[in-house]
Amino acid sequence: MDEDAGSMERIFNNGAGAIVTKSIGLKPRKGYPNPTVIELEHGILNAIGLPNPGIENFKDEIIKLKKINIPVIGSIFGTDSEEFVTLAEKMQNYGVDALELNMSCPHAKGYGLEIGCDPDLVKEITLNVKKSTNIPVFVKISPNLANIVEIAKSAEEGNADGIVAINTLKAMKIDIEMQMPVLSNKIGGYSGNAIKPIGIRCVYEISKNIDIPVIGVGGITTGIDAIEYFMAGASSVQVGSAIYQRGLDVFKKICDEIKIWMENHRYNNISDLVGVAHK
Amino acid sequence: MNYPKVVKILETKKETLDIKTIKFEYSEDINPGQFFMIWIPNVDEIPMSVSYIGDKIKGITFKRIGDATNALFELKSGDKIGIRGPYGNGFEIHGKNILFVAGGTGIAMIAPSVEEAMKKDIKTTVLIGVKNKNELFFENRIKKYGAELLISTDDGSKGYKGVVSDLAEEIMTDNKFDQVLTCGPELMMKKLFEKSKNISFQASLERYMKCGFGICGQCCVGKGLRVCNEGPVFDGKTLEKIEDFGIFKRDASGKKVIF
Repeated sequence: MDEDAGSMERIFNNGAGAIVTKSIGLKPRKGYPNPTVIELEHGILNAIGLPNPGIENFKDEIIKLKKINIPVIGSIFGTDSEEFVTLAEKMQNYGVDALELNMSCPHAKGYGLEIGCDPDLVKEITLNVKKSTNIPVFVKISPNLANIVEIAKSAEEGNADGIVAINTLKAMKIDIEMQMPVLSNKIGGYSGNAIKPIGIRCVYEISKNIDIPVIGVGGITTGIDAIEYFMAGASSVQVGSAIYQRGLDVFKKICDEIKIWMENHRYNNISDLVGVAHK
Repeated sequence: MNYPKVVKILETKKETLDIKTIKFEYSEDINPGQFFMIWIPNVDEIPMSVSYIGDKIKGITFKRIGDATNALFELKSGDKIGIRGPYGNGFEIHGKNILFVAGGTGIAMIAPSVEEAMKKDIKTTVLIGVKNKNELFFENRIKKYGAELLISTDDGSKGYKGVVSDLAEEIMTDNKFDQVLTCGPELMMKKLFEKSKNISFQASLERYMKCGFGICGQCCVGKGLRVCNEGPVFDGKTLEKIEDFGIFKRDASGKKVIF
């Protein structure tokens, strides 16, 4: 539900504080043939392959959202520093409030994780995007790495304003009747309930080792899940797959559940919860 | 769960030169107008309206137009496909006198609704518009249900010569309908919508889809209305607010494509 202005407006009106757009590249990209999204026992498996209308065609969507003052985080992906900078500058000109650099998509050749696994490249891209823009820049990193803390540190050294963790986990589903992987790309990214403990661990490890804020994402379905992420060290959270389980108003529901938990436990500020599990 | 159930094709039937029906066993309950996601291994997975709703046996009817439908067209009984669904809402059938307007293969989606209307003892008129008589199918099926059937062809090879929305306009002047229900090319449906202003209206929209269960946003129209979830059938009040209706759709990349 991050494809067009209308959808993002609807999500905002259902309680989201801000919207992260789908990841946008330089040119229109169709992505993979279907099947691209399926539900498994404990989560959703997808390999859509970074489909997007291209940065020029996406302009109208951002402008529409900014006209009605909806906070927008523009997600971008590129193959190198130059592409990221071009996209970042355009997004900033369109009026986005912050940028998210997708360095973690697990299923698109030459993009995402293939860049996000190289600490030097992560630092270089982040530095260059920071130099050419003046809005907050977040770097979204992947759990499909042994050196996740090192990557987060590289982003911090590149002057990132925050780390977004985690993207989906590389996974596969084989249909035993067809005797083949279901997704057309065979390998996809797993999201939803199943990956929450992994997200919690990543956020915990990252936030322990860096000083910039961490945005937690991965399997957050309820306010209780969000509280757990705050305690692991996240200052804010993102929600995606839970739309399916709890409906579009999942954002309102999660906010209400956070409030109720905080009231019951006599907390006034989320900031008082951030990273408490580290003590 | 939103995961394809693998079924064997039980029966295939050629309806015209390039239109085919495929039947298979699938026991879910289905509202007329709902759709499946059909997985054709190694090719694609596409949304497709349910054209036959039996207790156990379900069917789809389609025209070969692209890679997926061409591959599906070549399949034989015994071959395996994957089925997810049903998805979407389907038509709300009520009133005493209904007009169904089908454009092209739209009759595949409309036929089970006609059956449903006849079961409810509703007076039912069905218009099928095609380019020429060779593209016509389900004619006997609709007649068998006992609905009044009128045909339009662009070239006049059968029935009314002209487009089906013009035929509908003529029929609507002579009759008082409680509902107009339509499925077909979006420009035809838009025209029909304009012509049936004061009559309760429902149209079934078609958009490129990925997940089918309301999470990816690929098929959204207007202010985030998911064709796969809140649709594919939208009523007149909703359609009035959907600025995309009859204007543009989006391709797989999300880029606007003007109708």
